[in-house]
Amino acid sequence: MLLAVAAGGALGSLARYGLAVALPHPPGGFAVATLLANVAGCLLIGVLMAVLLRARRPHRLLRPFFGVGMLGGFTTFSTYVLDAVESVQLGRPAIALLYATISVLVSLAAVAAGWSAAHALLRRRVLTRSAS
Amino acid sequence: MTVLLVLLGGAVGAVLRYVIDQRVQRGHDSAFPWGTLTVNVAGSAVLGLLAGWVLAGGDSSALQALVGTGLCGSLTTFSTFGYETLRLLTERARLYAVANVVITVLAGFGAAGAGLVLGSALWS
Repeated sequence: MLLAVAAGGALGSLARYGLAVALPHPPGGFAVATLLANVAGCLLIGVLMAVLLRARRPHRLLRPFFGVGMLGGFTTFSTYVLDAVESVQLGRPAIALLYATISVLVSLAAVAAGWSAAHALLRRRVLTRSAS
Repeated sequence: MTVLLVLLGGAVGAVLRYVIDQRVQRGHDSAFPWGTLTVNVAGSAVLGLLAGWVLAGGDSSALQALVGTGLCGSLTTFSTFGYETLRLLTERARLYAVANVVITVLAGFGAAGAGLVLGSALWS
């Protein structure tokens, strides 16, 4: 169990690091990479939890590996906070406020979107299957 | 090398988050996600300390990869925070949902700011 969490956390963190290297932002600027990681991770946790809820007998390591480990490691709260703090330090409070607000609102919307989309898709599949 | 440090920090951070979350949540008979709040605030404080050290002239890309990107990045989470907030909303615990967002963000920024000030004072 702990091994699955550790492996997922390592891979998720590496993916986040890769994204940060691929999409660097100027000092104090809008941290696009962190925002993208957080929004994508939130979308995927919505999908994952909807799938796990529907699955008849989900493998017991699915949630520790993907949910706790990978998505938990891929998304980050501390970097989000420090990105905004850095913007304030470098005299760009408007960017900090915009980034801080957008991250929370879009991430929450992403969880809801992932959850509802997966839920709707799964329900349709079940309906088609029972009709045929 | 950097990749290995991120992997290592990320693995340790995720396990710490899992263990702390279990411990804290067990101690609270409540729907409020105290465990996630704890790791997010703690991780922000540690990353603030690290940023304060850098501000005071500290310079180590290895430490930043291991502790900053790896450990703190993985110890804290946005996905669980988002999912738990949504769950509170759908379970009609709207006040808890709003409180979770407000408290997490305010405490996170407060902890990071305190860490930053402390870090730059300690090492300058």
